Amino acid sequence: MKRLLLQRGRYFDSVFLLRISRTLEETPGVSRAAVAMGTPANLENLARVGFDASDLRDASGEPLPRSGARPDDLVVALEAADADALRAAEEKLSRLLAAGAERGEASEELPSTLGDALSVDSRANLAVISVPGAYAAAEARRALRRGLHVMLFSDNVSVDDEVALKEEAARRGLLVMGPDCGTAIVGGAALGFANVVRRGSIGIVGASGTGIQEIASLIDRAGGGASHALGTGGRDLSKAVGGRSMLAAIDMLAADPDTRVLVVVSKTPEPGVAERVLERLAGTRKPAVVQFVGSPARAPRGAVTFAATLADAARQALDLAGLPAPRFSNAPEAELPKRAGSLRGLFCGGTLAQEAWTILRESGIDIRSNVAADPAYKVKAGATIAGHVVWDLGDDAFTVGRPHPMIEPALRDEEVARALGDPAVGLVLVDCVLGYGAHPSPAGSLANAVQRAAEAGPAGRLPVVVASVTGTDRDPQGYRDQRRTLEAAGIRVAESNAEAAEWCARLLVRRAREEAR
Amino acid sequence: MKGAPRHAGLLEGEVRVVNLGLRSFADSIRAAGGAAVHVDWRPPAGGDVELARILESLEDENGSGWREPIASANAAALERLLAAEPRVIGIGRADAVIPRMDAETVLHAGPPVAWEDMCGPMRGAVIGGLLYEELAASAEEAAELAASGRIRFAPCHEHQAVGPMAGVITASMPVWIVENGAFGNRAFATLNEGLGKVLRYGAYSEEVVVRLVWMREVLAPLLAKALRAHGPLDLRSLLAQALQMGDEGHNRNRAATSLFIRELAPHLVRLTARRDDVARVFEFLNGNDHFTLNLSMPAAKCALDAAAEAPGSSLVTVMARNGTEFGVRLAGTGARWFTAPAPRVDGLYFPGYGPQDAAPDIGDSAITETGGYGGFAMAAAPAIVQFVGGSPERALETTRRMAKITLGESPVYRIPALGFRGTPTGIDALRVVETGILPAINTGIAHKDPGVGMIGAGLVTPPFECFAQAVQALAQTLDTRKE
Repeated sequence: MKRLLLQRGRYFDSVFLLRISRTLEETPGVSRAAVAMGTPANLENLARVGFDASDLRDASGEPLPRSGARPDDLVVALEAADADALRAAEEKLSRLLAAGAERGEASEELPSTLGDALSVDSRANLAVISVPGAYAAAEARRALRRGLHVMLFSDNVSVDDEVALKEEAARRGLLVMGPDCGTAIVGGAALGFANVVRRGSIGIVGASGTGIQEIASLIDRAGGGASHALGTGGRDLSKAVGGRSMLAAIDMLAADPDTRVLVVVSKTPEPGVAERVLERLAGTRKPAVVQFVGSPARAPRGAVTFAATLADAARQALDLAGLPAPRFSNAPEAELPKRAGSLRGLFCGGTLAQEAWTILRESGIDIRSNVAADPAYKVKAGATIAGHVVWDLGDDAFTVGRPHPMIEPALRDEEVARALGDPAVGLVLVDCVLGYGAHPSPAGSLANAVQRAAEAGPAGRLPVVVASVTGTDRDPQGYRDQRRTLEAAGIRVAESNAEAAEWCARLLVRRAREEAR
Repeated sequence: MKGAPRHAGLLEGEVRVVNLGLRSFADSIRAAGGAAVHVDWRPPAGGDVELARILESLEDENGSGWREPIASANAAALERLLAAEPRVIGIGRADAVIPRMDAETVLHAGPPVAWEDMCGPMRGAVIGGLLYEELAASAEEAAELAASGRIRFAPCHEHQAVGPMAGVITASMPVWIVENGAFGNRAFATLNEGLGKVLRYGAYSEEVVVRLVWMREVLAPLLAKALRAHGPLDLRSLLAQALQMGDEGHNRNRAATSLFIRELAPHLVRLTARRDDVARVFEFLNGNDHFTLNLSMPAAKCALDAAAEAPGSSLVTVMARNGTEFGVRLAGTGARWFTAPAPRVDGLYFPGYGPQDAAPDIGDSAITETGGYGGFAMAAAPAIVQFVGGSPERALETTRRMAKITLGESPVYRIPALGFRGTPTGIDALRVVETGILPAINTGIAHKDPGVGMIGAGLVTPPFECFAQAVQALAQTLDTRKE
């Protein structure tokens, strides 16, 4: 039994709706539940699974005079075994929606637009924008025109819009972080997916969200602190965008008296842009560490040094700040049990995946990835790969119609369960990212998946699981608790993402050597 | 200066966030002791990217509001709307007082509609009107005449008039003459017939026509004389009092009707008339809780008409339905109608009826919401929120929500439960399109067949398309003026 309903003018964010859909699908007798906004793409997806949008009905079951659902209408598609299950799902839905509408203030007391919000707080100085990409650029433009700095979490913003926004920001003396900027820490305020990091003297600028998180977390766990951590968005260091935000952020940190050491992190930038960034860094006359993930390390340039890994960037920054700098390493890989079979890297964080791939590849291992810096090793997300592979599961190809695995790790945990049940897999490498915005217990969710696989699979023959945890003790999930949870499930936890990848690399290299003998 | 760019650095001093999108981001900033205002964001222009682009082009350079010509036109229009002094000055025959009204003209509610396209209750009311005027001897003959092309159909709104539900006005009907004391313009409406089998719900049986004749021959002359003795009756103060007594001026008119009877009673009693006729007038008024709806409607109409000619203004001056289409007009686009299919009413039904029996939304009574009361004053009338399956909290919420799409607050109509805040007044079509928040209209539900009458009441919102079209047309008028 199918039912397709529409509620006019009820807007909810997609993450909330995806969570609701998942909860509804757990209702006994309900085989499919999709609650989504009435965008053309969503309607098309529903049509594909047999829900015809031209047959939309209102809450009382009457056909609508005009079938056209708008992107601000809520569309509900349900498929259930019988009418009772359908009714139960509908009741559950209205409870969930009401609870969603009521958390915090009632919606009619909230401002409806950016302009209204500024009449509530005229001293606001930063707009954090995470609306769907099609609308994000216009909202960012509004914010800039009202004199606000912008953190643009949204993705699917065109390069042209990005360049135009950054040019407008430059004219107005403002900073645009993003689009697709997942994290920032400004004056101690954690924005987006951010860890709770001690305040200190190290200023971080990054074109990579999880890269910033890993460095900031390691610094915090070693006893250091961050002055600010500014994101630029993943495309900022491309030729088209020209590092506009990176350069502006470097200038801001250079002028900031609290910042004594700079750290720049990015995936491999366009060479011309990289040159400009390095030049600007050298001009700040503050010591700086650069980590271009996926690029080979280079010789220092004046006060600018290069790090080999994210952990190395954190170590060098601590050292430059005059703080004790540990090696972020806790145990030799020799303790890892050897298993035959290939490696599956299953990552929530894109930069963490790329770092892992780079470390493994530089150790001479033949390993594919959807985020490989070398095109010869790059594969399409989700392709069937027989050998070693690292997947960034945050890739759009994996997340269609599902929340990002950092928010809701079900997607990743399913992949882990599959890898653990696959006799061709001997080693599983994962990340576990904590902080605001992330799942309440990613380690708990991962540990469950591993334990279930252990109960189902052949005893003592399960692939080895290696993990690192990106986070701090003051994160809502708590680093130590999360780490203990993983260890209790038999997962080997390294100090850093780089160390976890290095363990795997050495194990595979040794195994290959032994096999060759 | 309002809207001046804040070039304050981001890194020095406190970060104060405006959050658009994922609500948890604001929650976590606040949890860590930071300042964040979360916006109840929804896709602007209902998600129509082209329309959103037009909206953005109408914003001023620093994004602090609408462009100067719109903002100043709106301010001027709102000032005139709020300055209105509606008062009822008498009763006249429709063809004597309504401009361009004659024996062959039938006025109706909502935007223009041809006989072929009229819904059941509208057709019934037209038939009843023709029988009442003795232009036809039977319902069949009346229908033939209506279809013949010899009758001119026109919206009440195009004749300075308003009519509830079908809103039919014919030549010999007595109509209230309501004058706007501030600007001298007038508005007209028939006298309310009561509930049950009545013309405005499409009933045309003999009892309906007999009642209409009694209203013309007995009720109207007596009320007109009593009113003359009383002098002009200030509708602004009547409505202001009624709003503090649990009315909202659209679906609840019990307090206003009681006040009206109190005002006129001594003058009615002093008339040289048959005691029985006077008693029947009192019985009729007392038996019809909606009697003053036909005064609160022209009160709003004459207030809005005075603000209706304002080039560049996005003020909504008319929201009206004919049972087939919903129509909207703006001050900045004058007489143009922007229409879309009439929506269905979400409400409660009298026993024995359900949604399958209902006609689509109908009537000019949404002029009350357009004028800043009715659904917009829901917070004043907790007694009727049950019609929309709501709670007193929902009534307060409705009024507060309407404040987001209006240009100002009434200085006269105030709501006790909201700390005597004025009712949200003056719908801004641009704000409607920008926020996606649609006006809340309280309304009755008519049976889809002529003659059955009212079968329920509830809440309805206009089709978004009406406002989308209106905003596009307004933007075009501004472009033309620029060239």
